[in-house]
Parts: sequence; structure tokens; C-alpha cells
Amino acid sequence: MTNSDIQEILGKYNNDRFRLMDILLDIQDKYGYIPKKFFNLIGQAVGLSSAKVEETVTFYHFFHTSPKGKYTIYLNDGIVATMKGRDNILKQFSEQTGCQINSVSKDEKFGLFSTPCIGMSDQEPAAIINKHIFTNLTVEKVNRIVRLMKKDTPIQKIIQTIYESDKVQNLIHTMVTDNIKKTGSVLLNKYKRGSAVKKSLNKNPEEILEEIKNSNLRGRGGAGFPTGTKWEFCTKSKQKPKFIVCNADEGEPGTFKDRVLLTNYPELLFDGMIIAGYTLGAEHGIIYLRYEYSYLKNFLQSKLEQYKKENLLGKKIVNSDFNFDIRIQLGAGSYVCGEETALIESMEGKRGEPRNRPPFPASCGYVNKPTTVNNVETLSCVPKIINHGSEWFKSFGTEESAGTKLLSICGDCGNSGVFEIEFGMTINEMLEMADTIETQAVVVAGPSGKIISENEFNRKICFEDLATAGAMIIIGKQRNLLEEVVPNFLDFFIDESCGSCTPCRVITTHAKNRLKKILAGKGTTKDLKDIKSWGNLMQKSNRCGLGKTALNPLLTTIKFFPELYERLIKDKEYISEFNLEKATADYEKITK
Amino acid sequence: MSKKVKFTIDGNEISAEEGKNLLDVACENGYYIPALCHMKGHKPAGSCRLCNVKVNGRIMTACTTLVSEGMEVITEDEELAELRKTILEAMFVDGNHFCPACEKSGVCDLQALAYKHKIMSPKFKYEFSNKKVEAEVPKIMLEKNRCILCKKCIRAIKSKDGKNIFGFKARGKKLEITMDEELAAQMTDEDIQRAMDICPVGTIIKKEKGFKIPIGKRKYDKKPIGDNVEKHKEKEKD
Repeated sequence: MTNSDIQEILGKYNNDRFRLMDILLDIQDKYGYIPKKFFNLIGQAVGLSSAKVEETVTFYHFFHTSPKGKYTIYLNDGIVATMKGRDNILKQFSEQTGCQINSVSKDEKFGLFSTPCIGMSDQEPAAIINKHIFTNLTVEKVNRIVRLMKKDTPIQKIIQTIYESDKVQNLIHTMVTDNIKKTGSVLLNKYKRGSAVKKSLNKNPEEILEEIKNSNLRGRGGAGFPTGTKWEFCTKSKQKPKFIVCNADEGEPGTFKDRVLLTNYPELLFDGMIIAGYTLGAEHGIIYLRYEYSYLKNFLQSKLEQYKKENLLGKKIVNSDFNFDIRIQLGAGSYVCGEETALIESMEGKRGEPRNRPPFPASCGYVNKPTTVNNVETLSCVPKIINHGSEWFKSFGTEESAGTKLLSICGDCGNSGVFEIEFGMTINEMLEMADTIETQAVVVAGPSGKIISENEFNRKICFEDLATAGAMIIIGKQRNLLEEVVPNFLDFFIDESCGSCTPCRVITTHAKNRLKKILAGKGTTKDLKDIKSWGNLMQKSNRCGLGKTALNPLLTTIKFFPELYERLIKDKEYISEFNLEKATADYEKITK
Repeated sequence: MSKKVKFTIDGNEISAEEGKNLLDVACENGYYIPALCHMKGHKPAGSCRLCNVKVNGRIMTACTTLVSEGMEVITEDEELAELRKTILEAMFVDGNHFCPACEKSGVCDLQALAYKHKIMSPKFKYEFSNKKVEAEVPKIMLEKNRCILCKKCIRAIKSKDGKNIFGFKARGKKLEITMDEELAAQMTDEDIQRAMDICPVGTIIKKEKGFKIPIGKRKYDKKPIGDNVEKHKEKEKD
């Protein structure tokens, strides 16, 4: 790799600093990694210091500054993968490739790395190898994969051999199974592409806004903010250009429903974005796609090309006066980028640190222009609301939660996959659908949500009771909740914190250490009291959702599974952690 | 001229220009709100989280809040005091803050705030941070184990053509401050002095030069932090 190689890539993006993510991704794609010695060159071209380039490179865990192997294997270290036997798969990969975890083999042929949830919780153990997905891994499959890699077999050929498919064009379906287990009336249903766009372009933007507002559509990313209101903020901003951003960075461990929408119903999303653009007066749409879903990029790109051919994208779409384009922006591995302002920072080529608000994205978002960020599922509801009307949409769900919701159900159940349910379904009903026996706990909305016990299983899935962006991890009675699940979630938040706010950066680790102390039988009631008060502080004093909810795995298990803690804590105010015998063991040995 | 708004701080009516930064307005009116990452005139970082106050009952960082008509601000109560103390303690264990051995003792904002909040020993265990001291550049060094990641140097110290000399590396627990060695080597003595003065702790150190004022006779050795702000408040009351 020479300076001119790098310059060629820089030129492709017009030395634009806001495209730094693409520049770095391209460099890594072409050369395997991003050597530090080029930071200066990259910086000079885009007008940044090398320190600033380093900031971006070192923030994202899929960027490497040293060779990462000809075949780079990423294994999910999330809880569901672990439950499904990830450790055995890791051991096998490690033995066969000669790599320890998070290292590269001496001949630089293999790299073996840990990564948080890759959105395949319904078919774990799974791995990402050179952007391709290998699911339902077994020891035998691993042996075959590594054997093929040792023969330098191209990655696509490996997929085809392992999953016995000869259809190259259908590779994404070969790699990943959809697992649509329940279709519904709104999303997982027939849709004629462009139909809602054509209908919308015959109306005023004000009418569409009114329809969306009236539908009571709320953000499907978890927060549940009314979509119509969010759009309205942006319509009020007079600045141009405006941007519609689709948040396709579903990083909450246990979530994979956007994967299914993107694979099977991308037309719903594209049409939703076009309609949003028309309503808000935005001419640019950007899909921020998580790096883990890179394998979908070419597929989505080809669909977008089709849209352009049919004049559903581009200038004067379907013979109207409205112009709209959509581009795909890849991420590079960071959970916090699912937060809308962190996502915007990332799109601008910076470290994904949530912004301070005000100003809000509606007035000052991407490149400081008015921006609306919506979740994949939210935008995918829009064409259906336009085609069937807001009253139809409201006929599903509950009073405060209109419509249907996609759930990603995974973990200890016989029937994991994506389910489209009406809001208002109880956890008990959901468990029956998912074919579970002996359920100990359900993790509603992933690590940042709630870990609930049997006593709560009659509660409803909706914004007014148990809100979720989609993740539903079922934990069977055979699991040790406090040993296996809670520390895994805390480690996730420790790794994924951007590090900016002091409480989030520092306190999560200390809370985890207190749990370890309790698990070692040294816990006191004071430890629980401390954890609760730190949780309260985190909730109140951190800037973004990650920091506010990082101690939820502890707080909700303390609340819903008090008996698990009581069993470990002997109700003492103080237990000395200092062991005199242990501390003087060396001395005893010498003086004996 | 911007519109004036009326609101209250700790029950007292204040008038200020709408949209001004609450932390600055509070300070101008004699209310000291502790903060380690705020610099007047710069975009707020909102990262140390010490300046948390209650705005209409809700805890918010003063540095990122703009004043508006009718808002009720509480700058001090038991909950806020405990919150600030805990955050300060978290900073103390996150890095290595051995005041007696630190060049910055007496002019260190973190140390001064610890005294002000009567921290005896932190409620968290010390982590004994072990980051590499960056000392390759001839005239300036970074003792990263003292850094509280306030971003002041990143935001305020730039090269002649406006580029960042300082930057962050990594994220989460591994987050650390770094500098662009090439740009740092071009810094003038005055630049380095300014960077060192801006640093609220003892991370940025100017090499080859001793401190003029001995420990014991420095800024916070004489008066507690925030005293100049609060004095102003007393004057106003007279």
C-alpha cells in the first residue's frame, strides 16, 4: 500500500472529511487494515490532524490498525450466543487456526476476534468472516470452514460449500435464515413497491403529516416518541438541505428484526423514507447500516438501483416535482451509534459520541442541517399507513400503542425468530408462541431494558407497560441469572460506552465488581444499597440512553429476583475482604 | 439585542439574555456551580457531569442548558451534593491522583473540588490506572493517568491552521487523551503554557521549567475554588 493508493481512495470521496468513515472502510477493505503511518496523509487530505483521524479509527471496533488476518473471524460474545454454545465454537476455531481470541496467527492468515451481538440470535452460534455470515455453527462445520480457508478458498465458495447452495445471487438467504415465525397485518405482509409513494405525491405534505400524526405511530427504536411530532419539528425548520436518516444500527443484543425487514421488505423502508422526505421537504435519505449487516449492502444497493430505473428515486420522481436520493452509510462497530445524535456524529466521520442537546437534530443534525432520524421499523410502517389510512393502523394495538410490533424472540425457546404481534400481547402469550418450558426470566428490550421474573409475565408488551425495541431474550430455569447473564450485560456496556460522561465510564465497572463480590459470598446489604444508589445516579446524570440504563441488568434483577441476592447475602453490614492468612502466606512459607 | 428572560436560581429572581448558557449566567450572578469541563465561550462538552443542577425538578447539566423564561433552577441540595461528590470520587479512582507528588497541587481544580466537597476517601476502589506517559515530544508531556477526559485541550488548543493538536483515543474505559506529535512539536512556549493552564489537572506538563509559585502559596492554597464567584454574590446582597 502506497501513498498514491490512499490518495486514490481519498479522491473518490473528494477529500471530504464528512466521508471519513467511507474512506477508512475502503482503505481497510482494500488493504486489510489502516496503518497508523497513513493517519497524517489522510488527515492532510481532509483537513484534520492525525490525532483527529486516530480518534475515529480507534473508536470503532471493526477498524484495525494492524493486520487482522486474511480471514478475519468475529464471534459474538453476547449472552444468547454463549447460551447456544459459542464457547465450544470459539475453542474449535482457536485450535484449528492457532489463534487465541483477539489475536492474529503468525502467518497472518487468520484473525480471531470477539464482537458484541451480530444480529443472529435466532441462529447462533454464528460468525462474521470477511463480512459474510456463518450461522448455526457446529464443531464439524468449523473444521470444514478452516480446512477450506487453509486452501485459500474464496469466502463465497466456502459459504456455498458449507451451506450446500449453488445460487450465488441468493447468497444472503443461504447464509442467514429469515425465521419469520408470525406474519402480521402491517409489516410482514404484501406490499407493492412505490404504491404509497405515488399516493403520497398526489397529496400535500401537510395532509401526510396530519395522517401520520393521527395514526399515533411511535418510534420503534424503543423510546416511543411520536413520529408525527418528530417530523413536525423538522418541517418547521426553514434551513436546507434537510436529511432523512434511517437508523439501521440495531445493536441491542438479542435484536434482529430489522435484519428481516431489510432482507425481505426493503421497499417498505425505501418508500417510507421517500414519503418522509416529501413530507419534510428533504431531498436526501441516508441509511446508516451497522457494519455487522455489511452482507446486505450490495443487495440493498441493487434494490436502490432498481428504484432509480423506475424513477422512484432520483430527479422528479414519478413525474412529480420532488427529487429524492438514498445512500447507504456503513458503520464500523459501535453500539452507542444507535443513539440518534451519536449516529449523526458517526455519519460525519467522527467518533460516535452522543451530542449535547440542544440543539436538536430537527434543527441542527447531519452536517448541521435539519435532520430526522427514524428506526427501520418506524419508517416501514409509513407506506402502510398511507395506503390503508391512520384509522386502520389504529385498529391494531392498544390505546397508546397503535399498530403492530416486530419482536425478535431468542434464547431458551423452541421457536425463535421474528414475530409480528399487536401491541398489548402479554409476556405469557408471547412465551406460549415461542414454545418455552420452564422460563426463569425474560429480558425485555435487551440489556438496556428489564430482566423480569414470572410474577411479571402477565404484563403487556406496549409503550404504556413493557416497552421494547424488539429484543426478547428468554432465560430458562437451568441458567444462573446472576453468574451468566448479568455480568455479560455489564461487560457489554463497559465495552460500548463512548467514555465521555464520567459516571458511565467509571461506575459501571465498579458496580460489576460489587456483583462479583456478592457472587463470591462476600456481599453485604450495603453493596446492594450502593448499587441501587449508583444506578439512580447513572440514570439521572449521564447524557445518553446507554449511560442511563447501563446498570439496569443489576437494578432490575435486584427488583424482580430479590431472592437470588438474599441467598448470597447474609444480611451483614460488613464483611472483611482482608484475609490475614492469605496476605501473610508468603511470609509463613519463608519463615517455616 | 436578545430578549431578556426572567427565571429563578435557588429562589432568587434572575434576569438574563434568552438562550445564554445557564452555567455562565449563574456564575455572573454569584452562584458557583462546580464544573471541570466548561470553558466560557466554547461549545459545552457536557462530559464531567459535575455541573448537574435541578431545572424544574429535573437533573440537568447547567453547561448544556440554555436559560429560558420562568425556569426554576436549584444549584444546591442534598441530592446534588451527593451526586457531585460521587462523580468526583469516581474521577479520583479512575486515574491516579496522588496530590502530594503532583506538579499541579494547589492549582488543580480536581483537588480543589475534592476539598470543597470534603472527600476523605472515595467510596470506590482505586483502579491504579496504568496508561503510558506520552513524553516523546521535546517540550510537552502528557501524564495520561491524571487525565479526567474533560476535552478542554482538545477544544481550545489548535494549530495555526485550526487543526486539533490533542485528541481522544479508543473509547469507554480505555479512552485516553493523545496528541498529534508533529503538531505538538510545533507548539510555542506560550501555547504549551496555555495548554497547561487550561488543563484542570496535572496531565499537560511543560517540560524543562519549574513552577514559579511554590506549593502552599498557590491559588487554591489561599482560597477555596469558587470563592471569587461567591464573593460576588455577597457583594450583590449588601
